[in-house]
Amino acid sequence: MRKYGKFAVLMAIIVGSLLWLATASVSSSKTYYVTIQELHKLGNNASTRRVRVGGDVQKDSIVRGSGTVRFNLVQEALILPVVYEGRDPLPDTFKDGAQALAGGRLDSAGVFHAQEVQAKCASKYAPKPGVAPDGLQKKMLPTDSKSSYRSAL
Amino acid sequence: MENVGALALLLAFCISLYSIVASIVGRLKRKPFLTLSGERAVLAVWFLVSVASGILIYSLITGDYRMAYVASHTNRDMPVFYKFAAWWGGQEGSLLFWSWLLSTYGAVVVFTTRKGHRNLLPWVIGILSTVQLFFLTLNAFVVSPFQVLAVDKVVTSVADGMGLNPLLQYWAMVIHPPFLYLGYVGFAVPFAFAMASLIERAPGDSWIHTTRRWTLVTWLFQSTGVALGSAWAYHVLGWGGYWMWDPVENASILPWLAGTAFLHSVMMQEKKGMMKVWNMVLIATTFFLCIFGTFLTRSGIVSSVHAFAESPIGKYFVSFLALGIAATIWLILDRLQYLKSESELESVVSRESSFLFNNLILLASCFAVLWGTLFPVITEKLSNEKISLDAIWFNRLMVPIGLGLLFLTGVGPLFAWRRTSIDSLRRNFQLPGIGTLLVAAALFIGGMRYPYSIISLSLCFFVAATIIMEFFRGSRAISEKMHIGFIPSVIELTHRNTRRYGGYLVHMGIVLMFIGYSGHPFNQTAVGEVDKGDVMKVGAYTLRVMDLTEGDTPNYQWETAILDVSKNGNHIGTLEPTRRFYKAAQQATAIIALRTRLNEDLYINYAAHTGNKATLQAYVFPLVDWIWIGVLVLIGGTLVALVPSKVARSYARTEVVGVAAQKSIPVPEADRVTE
Repeated sequence: MRKYGKFAVLMAIIVGSLLWLATASVSSSKTYYVTIQELHKLGNNASTRRVRVGGDVQKDSIVRGSGTVRFNLVQEALILPVVYEGRDPLPDTFKDGAQALAGGRLDSAGVFHAQEVQAKCASKYAPKPGVAPDGLQKKMLPTDSKSSYRSAL
Repeated sequence: MENVGALALLLAFCISLYSIVASIVGRLKRKPFLTLSGERAVLAVWFLVSVASGILIYSLITGDYRMAYVASHTNRDMPVFYKFAAWWGGQEGSLLFWSWLLSTYGAVVVFTTRKGHRNLLPWVIGILSTVQLFFLTLNAFVVSPFQVLAVDKVVTSVADGMGLNPLLQYWAMVIHPPFLYLGYVGFAVPFAFAMASLIERAPGDSWIHTTRRWTLVTWLFQSTGVALGSAWAYHVLGWGGYWMWDPVENASILPWLAGTAFLHSVMMQEKKGMMKVWNMVLIATTFFLCIFGTFLTRSGIVSSVHAFAESPIGKYFVSFLALGIAATIWLILDRLQYLKSESELESVVSRESSFLFNNLILLASCFAVLWGTLFPVITEKLSNEKISLDAIWFNRLMVPIGLGLLFLTGVGPLFAWRRTSIDSLRRNFQLPGIGTLLVAAALFIGGMRYPYSIISLSLCFFVAATIIMEFFRGSRAISEKMHIGFIPSVIELTHRNTRRYGGYLVHMGIVLMFIGYSGHPFNQTAVGEVDKGDVMKVGAYTLRVMDLTEGDTPNYQWETAILDVSKNGNHIGTLEPTRRFYKAAQQATAIIALRTRLNEDLYINYAAHTGNKATLQAYVFPLVDWIWIGVLVLIGGTLVALVPSKVARSYARTEVVGVAAQKSIPVPEADRVTE
């Protein structure tokens, strides 16, 4: 029994310290994913929490200043003004119409101060299922080969 | 054309279904002709999926822009190489690629086991065909790669396609998915053999012996795939990160962790007849994590920089996983009496115990990564808030785990089976232990203040020292006995037990990779806008912008900054970071400039260009090349372990013959006398 006791103690120490590390690190590392609507609902909490907010970059809204970049994120009818204050240049995928994810905090004036911005080019990474990518004509939808087979007959 | 492809997939679906039924019924009713037709059906499926794949590849290369998949993943001016790679560049194609690899593996299994395992094979084929059926369902009915573009049911073509994502137009990215998939798909085979031996109540470890090479080759593919992904991130994404705990990266590391645990714990079963249930659980875990990894990358359940969009295939994967896991659990519980352990753990300081803790830590890390990856999904379900954990969390947890594993890598192989004597501990660990402390002290005195880096580097020294001692002792004995030089005797030693010494080489690769990781806290960064003729400094380097040039190719436009680089005032050459703007995808991407040396990399990204100003990101990454060197050593070591040993080795169980008898008997698998 004593030797199994040793195994149990060692395992408990390993698993216990990992669990402690895992739970203790959550608070410093967690980021809330929100929509623009949810961000406004958060109210006062929004300025204390680290959040990531997603949306599309509004056309012609990107203004590059010295050290900062201003742009608007849109989601449905809501618009969120964003100031990017991060050190790194914005990713290449960041451009008009791209889907962007901005990480940072909301200030009391309703402007979002982003430290990091991830962007994915809407047309490339994520063609919506069943819908033709943006570059293809609007009316053209892919149909499956079975129906095209029928039309060929 | 696309109709033939779709038809081939439909037929393959039907034949897979037939293969399952024929194999299982044939086995249950003892009808050899039925099981044989089940085997033949696997070959037919391979042929049909190959035809479908061939048609897709042909359409991609010739540019058949009537097809939706071709139009959204290639364009006319793309090199043929990338047009071919578009096969796995998108969701539909990559699922077809999965099916094709699985059918190929199935055909290889049928071919290589045509003589033996008559009882197991029908079940193996039944299981593989079930997995195949699932993927063919997706290919044929849910996300067909053979959809055509049409306006009001009239097939139409577009003038040119959208092109492959520029970030993916890089050699490592082209071969990264095939390697990863070869790994993902490959674990289906050992899994199928394990389950088949459970179903047949086949006693013993024959499934392990049969699939050892499969597992190792698969693991090699997977390691290479993960490393290629890491190398791609480093060389392409423009900020020099090689691992950021992105969900898709996690999807690739999860089965690797479980597979690594499996590779270690099967040794316990082979040599001691222990951990039989555990091995079943591990191989099943690995396999389902492979499926889960495919699901994670293909369904977009967790948002990620490179996951595909949310798509209808998610629920199919969830159902398949749920059914598969339930069936596996039931099977293992039902056959528990055939999986009794043949010996017991004796001492905490023993080989058995080191395997046990190796498994515990690998599985804990696997669970941690899974938990962290799914955290947004879990919190969304529980509290309606989507909370993600970023790289900080993963690093807090995984760095200590990694160091713990590194420590076990050093001590584990030197512990004796059953229990280790104080004398042996002193003989094996005294010198490396003292050396390790000296290295740690030297690093601290030398000004290093990052505890993790100090621990990591001194553990690297420790593990490397133990491995070198093992090679040295064995070779010296051989060189004395056979009167040959030291180098030939190292080769002789390795050849006698390739599995053991190949394994040591793999461990050495891991050590070199950890040396690379240890450099991370010492990275230096500089970002700035620089006028033509001006300079920017990073670390000991000075970069002077000599010129900004630009040009045009059919596929992309480019602009290059020509930089004059000097280190500590000495001119060392020019670097030319480039930006490319891909026309079809309307997207820019960076081609970084890299000056690679063993001690550090100078890494420059030309991030933007306004007038006569260039925005440059310059980094110095110490030791990072050791990661790639370590990967190469790991690959080499795995290849050595795959070479058959010179002496046909019987893995006899070490019987309990009393402590006195043990003292004088050379332990065969260790190639040396254990006390």
